[in-house]
Amino acid sequence: MTQELEWFWLCSIPGFYRRDLAALLEIFQTPQRIRHMQARELEKLTFLKEKQRRSLREHQKSFDMQETYHKNRERGISFISCEDEAYPRRLRQIEDYPFGLFVKGTHLPPTGRTVAIVGARMCTNYGRAMAMKLAEKLAGCGVSVISGMAYGVDGVAQAACLKAGGRSFGVLGCGVDLCYPREHRGLYEQMQRQGCVISEYPPGTQALSSHFPPRNRIISGLAETIVVVEAKKKSGSLITADMALEQGRDVYAFPGRIDDPLSAGCNALIAQGAGIVTEIDSFLESLGFLPTKKRKKRTNIVLATAEELVYSCLDSRALNLQEIMGSVDLPAQQVMSAVTSLQMHDLIEETAKNYYVRK
Amino acid sequence: MFTTVLSASVYGVESRLVCVEADVGDGLPQFSMVGDLSAQVREAQERVRSALRNSGRTLRPQRITVNLSPADLRKYGSGYDLAIAVAVASGYGELKQEKLSGILIIGELSLNGEVRSVPGILPIAADARKYGCHTCIVPYENMREAMQAEDIKVVGVRSLQETLLYLQGKWNPAEPPQESDTESEMLQGDFSEIHGQQMVRRAAEVAAAGGHNMLMVGPPGSGKSMIAQRIATILPPLSQEEQMEVSRIYSAASLVLPKGFLLYNRPFRSPHHTVTGRALSGGGNLPRPGELSLAHNGVLFLDELPEFSRDALEILRQPLEEGKIAISRVSGSYVFPAEVMLIAAMNPCPCGHFGNLNKCTCTYPQIRRYLSRISSPLLDRIDITVEAAPLGFAQLETEKREESSAEIRERVIRARRIQEHRYTHSGVRCNARLGSKQVEEVCSLGSGERRLLQTAFEKLDLSVRSYYRILRVARTIADLEGREDIMLSDLEEALCYRSIHQKYWQGR
Repeated sequence: MTQELEWFWLCSIPGFYRRDLAALLEIFQTPQRIRHMQARELEKLTFLKEKQRRSLREHQKSFDMQETYHKNRERGISFISCEDEAYPRRLRQIEDYPFGLFVKGTHLPPTGRTVAIVGARMCTNYGRAMAMKLAEKLAGCGVSVISGMAYGVDGVAQAACLKAGGRSFGVLGCGVDLCYPREHRGLYEQMQRQGCVISEYPPGTQALSSHFPPRNRIISGLAETIVVVEAKKKSGSLITADMALEQGRDVYAFPGRIDDPLSAGCNALIAQGAGIVTEIDSFLESLGFLPTKKRKKRTNIVLATAEELVYSCLDSRALNLQEIMGSVDLPAQQVMSAVTSLQMHDLIEETAKNYYVRK
Repeated sequence: MFTTVLSASVYGVESRLVCVEADVGDGLPQFSMVGDLSAQVREAQERVRSALRNSGRTLRPQRITVNLSPADLRKYGSGYDLAIAVAVASGYGELKQEKLSGILIIGELSLNGEVRSVPGILPIAADARKYGCHTCIVPYENMREAMQAEDIKVVGVRSLQETLLYLQGKWNPAEPPQESDTESEMLQGDFSEIHGQQMVRRAAEVAAAGGHNMLMVGPPGSGKSMIAQRIATILPPLSQEEQMEVSRIYSAASLVLPKGFLLYNRPFRSPHHTVTGRALSGGGNLPRPGELSLAHNGVLFLDELPEFSRDALEILRQPLEEGKIAISRVSGSYVFPAEVMLIAAMNPCPCGHFGNLNKCTCTYPQIRRYLSRISSPLLDRIDITVEAAPLGFAQLETEKREESSAEIRERVIRARRIQEHRYTHSGVRCNARLGSKQVEEVCSLGSGERRLLQTAFEKLDLSVRSYYRILRVARTIADLEGREDIMLSDLEEALCYRSIHQKYWQGR
């Protein structure tokens, strides 16, 4: 316990990142010694910035680790040091593993079978649909889905997994007591019930853009396999994929059209030798996951001719009414009434104002 | 000798009767004016004195007192000049008091005795009968405008001399300036010039038929502004009553009535997005009608809706609901009519190319900020939201003849007639103005329609307000088709026009 507290003290120093902590541990070996370090010793640590030295000094003097630790416990935030039993072994194996994890939720960080699903924030409807499908199936196989809880693919995949009753773990770029992005409040709450949120940053840390690339290494570190659904040429998802490769994880990508900016990153990964996902079921099988038998949904809805026509020209790419009108040659009012009727039959979905896709 | 002359002035868009009293008698030679006068009215004494002298009337040195009553009403403007001059002249015994009864006098004087035009003649002339007057003496230039008021004799005068002679019965009033009522100058543009956008065209037709507010969302260059400008061309012509209402406002706002005729076309106002709340609602020390009132019975077009200041947009809420706007000032409260059809246009995101991944560079927070500039209470008052899709080259090239405004207008007029017939004596002119109770009355649904609405209510997460909105729009669509009952397809189309504020940016 005392050792755990010492690590907790170390990981709570404001303004210290993993690199700084690693350098300190290199010299002092244990967190205790860092805590008991003399002022003149501190002065000699030239690799630290003036601000960091001041912060460390302050932390030594006034940080009450007992009290803070228990206060955190009361708020449902636990701390797992890298020496703890509960620390995920897979994460411990990576080179720059975090020295401690702050965790909020009912479950401990994942140790079983895990897949990370990552992708663009501004994703296409196709990307959303694929992320959802994959996450649902993974949940059905009992595989945990790990991601960053961001907008777009990340959030959609985790929400779909949770909805299907699976377990999902979100790795944050801020303290676990904060919900970033704010819109994902619902997801954040649900994830704590069916998994947990994880961060290497102490509670209260704001989401800075510099926190996200290091966060990605935890996502890939926690997962056995990383799947990139949609990614632009330069994106955070590719950083995650790169880190995953360094950590020796399997990287898979969904292929896309070559002129689609949101598939450029995925296609580049495939060109570099990443696995290609051509079919979700066979992909899961190749990983050794046993997909549950899919029940064929039988529909016996009788559609009117106009609806039939409209339905036939829709696919998974969102079309607006004007485009639909262009391909079916019906008057505006008939097309509008047809799409509403199809929507009521749950056959299509309105993704944005007057944009429709097949379900 | 004591005399009274009737005059009037415009406050807001309503006229107020003002009694000009003059007393000429013994005492030190002095000209004093009382009655809560602004500087403009106080200056009248110089104009009146010179004008009288230059019209050949000598003012013997006597004490002149002029009072404008009611004394607790602040008086503004130069329209009292002529009445004061007439009162003073008759105070000197020029005219008998009996000759002045039932005559309302308005006009500004120049030093040489000429009479100049003043704003706001129409509301005054229209109310003259109410004040028990039979004749209105107005500046010759305002004569045609005043003659638009019914049941009142209008005398146009060019000078003070003519006025006095007329009152003495020695001068016959001149004919009004000969102008032919050229129906109206043609409205700008026609719907046949718009290529493609069938969807928005249809929405515009429905909006016009029911007087619904409409919001168009689309990328730059998709023709939103073009369509908005042409909506006035498919609206039914103003009724006699409406023409009068609109013309009164324009007259009060000192905007020109073309050649003095009533406004024939529906107003189309498109204030720039830098407009202030005051300019929109009307305001000033002595409130003058703002853009909202100037668009009364017509179209108020707000292009780039999110760029308008929050202040200005929030002002719209109450008038859109009530069809009028009340302004309170020290000088009193004023009610301006503001029954407008709001047409708004906006881009889906700050760059405007939302959905086009090659062009759009906006991030979620940016888009959210952009959208949040429009409050949902305002969106709640917009019945029809429609997406203006980006135009492709094929649509520009097409040889297909597009429908002209005249053809659409015919259908709109037919639909409006049905509504007028239905709403006789209910104080409502079109479907958009229906209250929730009236909606229940006029929108009877069959069981199939009811089921659809129930499914939609649950599936599409509708609010109660949007439920009524959908019913109102469905009623208009049925009216356009000339149907008594609302059919399934009408409801389905109406559902398509609903606004999905929160969900707009969720996926593409």
